[in-house]
Amino acid sequence: MLGRSANGIYWMSRYLERAENSARLLDVGFRMALTRGAQAASEEWRSVLVTTGQDVAYRQKFEDYAGPQVFNFILRGPDNPASVLAMLDNARSNARSVRTALTREAWETTNEAWMVLRDMLARPVRETNLGDVIAAIRRQTTQVRGAMDGTMLRNEIFNFARLGTFIERADSTARILDVKYYVLLPSLSWVGSSLDNVQWETVLRSVAGDRAYRWLNAGRLDPRGIAEFLILDGRFPRSLVFSYDKLASNLAGLARQYGGETSAHELLRAARTKLQSVSIGQIIEGGLHEFITDFIADTIRISQAIAAEYRFIE
Amino acid sequence: MQSTIGATYDEMYDADGTIRPAYARFHDWYEGQDRDWLKKQDAEAERFFRRTGITFNVYGDDAGEERLIPFDMIPRIITANEWRKLSRGIEQRVRALNAFLHDLYHRQEIVRSGRLPERLLRGNEAFLPQMVGFTPPGDVYTHVVGIDLVRTGPDEFMVLEDNARTPSGVSYMLENRETMMAMFPELFSRVAVRPVSDYPRRLARSLAACAPSCAGERPVVAVLTPGIFNSAYFEHAFLADQMGAELVEGSDLRVVDGRIAMRTTTGYQPIDVIYRRVDDDYLDPLSFNKDSVLGVAGIMDIYRAGRITIANAPGTGIADDKAIYSFMPEIVEFYTGEKPILQNVPTWRCSEPEALKYVLDNLKDLVVKEVHGSGGYGMLIGPTSSRGEIARFEQKLRARPENYIAQPTLALSTVPIFTKAGLAPRHVDLRPFVLVSPGGIDITPGGLTRVALKKGSLVVNSSQGGGTKDSWVLED
Repeated sequence: MLGRSANGIYWMSRYLERAENSARLLDVGFRMALTRGAQAASEEWRSVLVTTGQDVAYRQKFEDYAGPQVFNFILRGPDNPASVLAMLDNARSNARSVRTALTREAWETTNEAWMVLRDMLARPVRETNLGDVIAAIRRQTTQVRGAMDGTMLRNEIFNFARLGTFIERADSTARILDVKYYVLLPSLSWVGSSLDNVQWETVLRSVAGDRAYRWLNAGRLDPRGIAEFLILDGRFPRSLVFSYDKLASNLAGLARQYGGETSAHELLRAARTKLQSVSIGQIIEGGLHEFITDFIADTIRISQAIAAEYRFIE
Repeated sequence: MQSTIGATYDEMYDADGTIRPAYARFHDWYEGQDRDWLKKQDAEAERFFRRTGITFNVYGDDAGEERLIPFDMIPRIITANEWRKLSRGIEQRVRALNAFLHDLYHRQEIVRSGRLPERLLRGNEAFLPQMVGFTPPGDVYTHVVGIDLVRTGPDEFMVLEDNARTPSGVSYMLENRETMMAMFPELFSRVAVRPVSDYPRRLARSLAACAPSCAGERPVVAVLTPGIFNSAYFEHAFLADQMGAELVEGSDLRVVDGRIAMRTTTGYQPIDVIYRRVDDDYLDPLSFNKDSVLGVAGIMDIYRAGRITIANAPGTGIADDKAIYSFMPEIVEFYTGEKPILQNVPTWRCSEPEALKYVLDNLKDLVVKEVHGSGGYGMLIGPTSSRGEIARFEQKLRARPENYIAQPTLALSTVPIFTKAGLAPRHVDLRPFVLVSPGGIDITPGGLTRVALKKGSLVVNSSQGGGTKDSWVLED
């Protein structure tokens, strides 16, 4: 397969995952606004911007963190290159450029996601329909994943798509933890107030893990458990360990097909060993922030190695 | 020659409003359908095209805005008999075109014999000196040809132009048929229509048969596209997909060990046949436009060394030149020794003083085209142009008469389209697609029917508001 096609399908998957993650984060801000009032929400809106790396660009344009202003910027800001709309444009452009690597269904669901969401985002989104928009983004991106899962051959093409998805997801979950670690940190050893409970819940909600966590822990929220869940629980599909497991299996798939491993395999193996041999206690002792920073750097190195080893660009 | 020809011939109804035999079965079916249901299907077709992404980009439009080529669901129908004659004529013409191209780039017997003026080649940008003395693998120049035909009467099909360079539109031929079969499956059990769906397979086979001698048993074929912003990108991707070939861009290719190779995830892999949808000028920055990033540096050297097949061959565009076109009857006769089966549209060469005088005197009745133009750009349609437009065009024509030819405004045949108010006649043309390999000439039954959707309009180009129809050739 062409290096450019591998690059295209990898980024198509990354952009779709990023659009979906943005939608999940917006959902948290939206909930805060509904349940805690404008003041608390405004802090949450800022944190969404920081997590997605859009805060600097946002502050160049706006003074405050009024909800509709923030979510419109993130969803469809005309001069925001990281908006959900821009992500969908990018995903579709990449899909078009690798059209021959996709099944008809995978391409059509991508194209349809783009058409549906572009229409929904053609006009400013109001608070009354934000929920619908967020649900539509989640649904459309899920459909693309489903179409790919259900129709594509399990070959190199699929491996590159999955690598894109899980590099992006590992990075996203890590960034959420990084922005929110202060919420988890001061209270790691004691049972929090009801305000803390809400904060912790938002962390879980940002990664769609609230229900799963409650189910596993009989409804008890504790920050240490939450951190452990998001970092080390291999059953949770948005945890760091899970994402790295998927990177490992897809890189192994490439090694099988191409008859050999690359520096990306070595980097992943080293990073994954770190992740597997550490306990949540050790992570907190060594500093959650430091741990996450290190993890994000590892992930970037792995993604760069994938691009170089498989000749994404000349 | 007259400046207008005949009255309009409708392909479905004769002058008394009786259904012609070709359309009888279709019409029976059509009459039995509920109108509201048909309207719903019509709207459904558009959604289908949008969803599948069958769009084209219009140059000069807002950045990258994609449009649909409107699809009309009333088929254009050709009888087995009509098609037999047409395909004989097309086969003869394509054979002549290839012999002509070989001759132009070798001994130029046709010029020596005095049948074709040498001045048509001198300074003509479409004539490539890089091709002189070189014979492409299999001696094939036009691997894929589109012959644009217009009809003016029961037995009068004429060639409007030859597309020997890079004819596009075949994906619409295929998708139109798919759409019709999806919308009206029972129609195809009632009417026996010759299939077109194996075109990609035949294209792949035909291209592989033209591979250079260094190719292995299964030649590697790739489709070269300028990229996603090209107006025909959908088609490039579609054909590559259907052929199981790689869709490559210039940036994927380079010369490795004397071959053209594509950058794969595991290194460079040589290619044997490039079906390129990139113009000659952009093919090789070392030989042609040095600023091109769409082509491959050095591909012409590899080509001339016989280590890659480029389809269509560089330099075939000379056959699309409209001044050359005006000599096609002579060209066909010169190389085949036969009378041309398909007629040309009468053509005035404005380079000739007498013809120019006639054209200037009759501009309001004529169609005037640039000799190198295509896509309906840069032409004048006298009867539908304002005085001002004609006056402006006249200036251009006087300044560079050799740059233009003129033709009568043809009464192109009509086929009805489906409108909310019922069937309404619109002018059509037909572009059959022809594959050439050492194994022979292979014509797909039918082709692409383009239809001018505006009432009375004669311009069928998709860039100018034209649509398409499914084109049927009936089984015997």
